[in-house]
Amino acid sequence: MYDGKKIILGLIIFLGLITYPIWHNTVSGKARYVPKPELPTDKDKKECVEPKAFIRVNHKTLLEDWKTSVVRDGVRTYQASNKKKYTMSLNRTCMNCHTDKTKFCDQCHNYMGVTNKCWDCHIYPKELKKG
Amino acid sequence: MEFNRRAFIKIAGLSILGLSVKPGWQVFSKIDTPEPSPDAETLAQRKWGMGIYLQKCWKDEGCRVCIDACHRIHNVPNLGTLKEEIKWVWTEPYEKVFPEHEFEVTEEDYRHKPVLLLCNQCDDPPCVRYCPTRATWKREDGIVMMDFHRCIGCRYCMAGCPYGSRSFNWRDPRPFIKNVNLEFPTRTRGVVEKCNFCVERLAQNKIPACVEACKEKALVFGDLKDPRSEIREALKFKTLYQRQPELGTKPKVYYIL
Repeated sequence: MYDGKKIILGLIIFLGLITYPIWHNTVSGKARYVPKPELPTDKDKKECVEPKAFIRVNHKTLLEDWKTSVVRDGVRTYQASNKKKYTMSLNRTCMNCHTDKTKFCDQCHNYMGVTNKCWDCHIYPKELKKG
Repeated sequence: MEFNRRAFIKIAGLSILGLSVKPGWQVFSKIDTPEPSPDAETLAQRKWGMGIYLQKCWKDEGCRVCIDACHRIHNVPNLGTLKEEIKWVWTEPYEKVFPEHEFEVTEEDYRHKPVLLLCNQCDDPPCVRYCPTRATWKREDGIVMMDFHRCIGCRYCMAGCPYGSRSFNWRDPRPFIKNVNLEFPTRTRGVVEKCNFCVERLAQNKIPACVEACKEKALVFGDLKDPRSEIREALKFKTLYQRQPELGTKPKVYYIL
């Protein structure tokens, strides 16, 4: 191979540059980032409408079902699996505990690159306080 | 004991039966499915309607109490221009609202009296027929509802509504709302909106905000199907006007002379 040394050296530099983001993120610890949604600390706000495992997987369908139920059928009370009844409302029920969506919803959504349109119309209490 | 085939089958059968105890227990101890909330069934037994006493309403002509109350609780923006105006409750002069009741001898100042207007919650709503996505529909209790989630902003319903009850959000309304009410969502750009007869308040057994706000008690609200309701008492033996009854939309807002 002509100019073998130069080519191989060039290739190594090229590979090093192109994989730079991976190196950088590994070294700076960004690759190990885990989203940390902030949970409410108040005692009476510890229990969610459904168990954590269910909410984690099904919160989108739950909210979708609530929306259909309230808007379409006019049914506004939710019978939870813990036998309690809740008002189906994003603003009044969910956001009552998780007052700031940037510290809760956005944590995982941003990490996963998920966008939703909830906040185009619905308002979270903290948003108002900002002015 | 001699372990013959008979004994083996007996023990095997008993073991299998034993295995079914746990799943069986789980099935029968399961929590009952959620009860439907009562208003789902009682919805169809009602038909909401409104009456507006024109004379009482005209006692204070510049009054905007009901309009402001409605627009405040529903986060209706004030864009400041007529072209982009968003309105749930508003007024128009008598001569424009009731041209068929305007005659040569109608007194001049009568013609310019403001008549309170809102969505007529028609029994046969043209907007519902025009909507291609079923974002608007008639509820069992007669309220013409909007599902803002579903509206694509085609504005067919606005073209279909003969009463001009629907407004379109040409731009993001958020910055134009002075005091946001947390209990009710705002709208987004590209969505049509209109009066919803305060469904969210009716669900809490409250009367619509405009009716509650009126000091002159010029507005009555109630169940049209119940012959003893407040609204039926108010409509009894009275001269009633409706907006363009000849169109056959059967409005549920009555103007009481």
